[in-house]
Amino acid sequence: MADSMSAAIPAVAQPRSSSLQKLARRRSSIAFLMTLPLICVILGLVVYPAGYAIYLSMLSRRMDEFVGLTQYDILIENDTFWLVVFQSCFFAVTAVIAKAAIGFWLAHMLHHIPTKGQRKWRGMLLVPWVIPPALSTLGWWWMYDPTYSSLNWILAIFAVPAVPWLGEPWWARVSVIIVNVWYGAPFFMIMYLAALKSVPEQLYEAAAIDGASSWQRLRYITLPMMQNIISITVLFSLIVTFANYDIVRVLTNGGPRDLTHLFATYAFQVGILSGNIPRGAAVSLFMLPLLAIFAFFILRGVNQRNKEMM
Amino acid sequence: MANVSLRNLVKEYDGGVQAVKGINLDIQDHEFVVLVGPSGCGKTTTLRMIAGLEEITKGEVDIGGNVVNDVPPRDRDIAMVFQNYALYPHMSVYENMAFGLTLRKFARSEIDKRVKNAARILDIEPLLERKPKALSGGQRQRVAMGRAIVRDPKVFLFDEPLSNLDAKLRVQMRTEIKKVHQTVRTTTVYVTHDQVEAMTLADRVVVMNHGIIEQVGPPQELYHNPATRFVAGFIGSPAMNFLHARVENDAVHLTDGTVLPIPESRRARYANAVGKPLLFGIRPEHLTDHRPHLPGRADLIITPEVIEPMGMETMVHFHLGDARDCCARFEPTVHVEPNVPITLTVDMNNMHLLDEATGKVL
Repeated sequence: MADSMSAAIPAVAQPRSSSLQKLARRRSSIAFLMTLPLICVILGLVVYPAGYAIYLSMLSRRMDEFVGLTQYDILIENDTFWLVVFQSCFFAVTAVIAKAAIGFWLAHMLHHIPTKGQRKWRGMLLVPWVIPPALSTLGWWWMYDPTYSSLNWILAIFAVPAVPWLGEPWWARVSVIIVNVWYGAPFFMIMYLAALKSVPEQLYEAAAIDGASSWQRLRYITLPMMQNIISITVLFSLIVTFANYDIVRVLTNGGPRDLTHLFATYAFQVGILSGNIPRGAAVSLFMLPLLAIFAFFILRGVNQRNKEMM
Repeated sequence: MANVSLRNLVKEYDGGVQAVKGINLDIQDHEFVVLVGPSGCGKTTTLRMIAGLEEITKGEVDIGGNVVNDVPPRDRDIAMVFQNYALYPHMSVYENMAFGLTLRKFARSEIDKRVKNAARILDIEPLLERKPKALSGGQRQRVAMGRAIVRDPKVFLFDEPLSNLDAKLRVQMRTEIKKVHQTVRTTTVYVTHDQVEAMTLADRVVVMNHGIIEQVGPPQELYHNPATRFVAGFIGSPAMNFLHARVENDAVHLTDGTVLPIPESRRARYANAVGKPLLFGIRPEHLTDHRPHLPGRADLIITPEVIEPMGMETMVHFHLGDARDCCARFEPTVHVEPNVPITLTVDMNNMHLLDEATGKVL
């Protein structure tokens, strides 16, 4: 009896499991086929250029010889390059902190305006982010112009001496940061506004009854509830700001004395204008590990919080 | 702990919509008062005005002898349990419960003592390190109650705290809430639309409708002596049967010619109702299977349309007077079949007559 049963079980179970496997195989095949166009796009637009850039960075200046990590060695010993590293980090970190702070403040202000009036303000505050940056930077370039500077004209009204906005290294650094903040803060504002709207009102009410002042509600409810959006926005903005090109190119072209160069503008100068494409590729790839580590920690934190809270 | 008084309390929203229309209510110290009514009757708005979460248009809220109209929620010394629990998702159960005490700068040892004591009362000690996401609905509700208990406030406010729970858990939590109130004895204002919750929990029930208080009283009082048609219909499940009627010759005459004699003890009460358009109100439990020895009874022969055996009772639906669906409550042992006529006893000692024009119970 037992033998006949044990013999019957595989006979029944086998075709069922194999048909299930077939179905699973078919579903995954369909899924693969459906994502194939996207995979092709990613391969063509991300993987291939990245791989090609890595390959380029390992060639000699004439691109006729494989030299391994020599281009990176040369960069590490180059003083100008370390100035670029410093300026890129200073520019990105300062600009992102300023954008995050101003964006948060604007979002908070907008959140407390009644919905009807809010739309108008939201539209107006988004204008800097909507205008193509190369175009708006030209406007700023005029405002910073040593002869026609409207900013200096305003300062003169208050008897403040004219500022050499783009002529003096530190002022030039501050000037490019101001333009980047002006351009990028609306992005933070709109992201934070969406995050603020997603915090349940009842949490604030519960906190108010628990005895929290408005500052404590911000500290203990708003900020922790927005932590994921803040992290992702900061990460995204940091990557974009590190890779910024147009603002510096239009405003200072890296000057004075190469002190406002960022990775992207320096890579362009070395690779395209000076004709050393492998060195340029090495410059542009230099920040990759730095950003990858940063992204890893931020995304790990986001995942962890998501698991705990959602 | 404290008394709570509402005096001519009005809430008017933009556009002139009045959610609360000048209510007066005195809640005694230690009392458990339930505000009950249908959606939009103003019960939650009233609770939120007591909490300070809603601005008061007119009138006064008095907690512990102080008018608190202009006092922010944090300084009213109240605790509130919300319908959606409103637990802070980024804090553990312990941190959620300790939050109010931390903000009030209690000593760490005192916070620990209070949180652990509340956790013991609510049987959530093993959950203290968990985040709200890892809790079931019932556990979240307990944590929300724990957050209120640790503060030892003057007043507890509950805003439909059991609405999001399934039926079984709701009954269980109802008992828990009653038990907690019997332990801590804090003055409690509880809002619900569920009349069973109101009846089982309250020392006094406040029935609200269209922004006014229809009746205030102990549950049994409201059940047996409703003041208005709304209260009579709202309290009790299944609801009271209403039939158009008139009174003549010491009897209730229904529209289909059925005559139900009024017991002698009630005749004087309805003497002035003769000739008026009335509603005859009778609860399903006072329409029963034939009971020949019940004093003040009237017997009718009815034809059941739908039978609902509930186990401990059988609900019988039939047509009577102008009421398309009259409901009677029979003993489960009585055999009833649809469309087979059966004798039914009306307990006229528990009848109600209502003035059709005013909706008041006579």
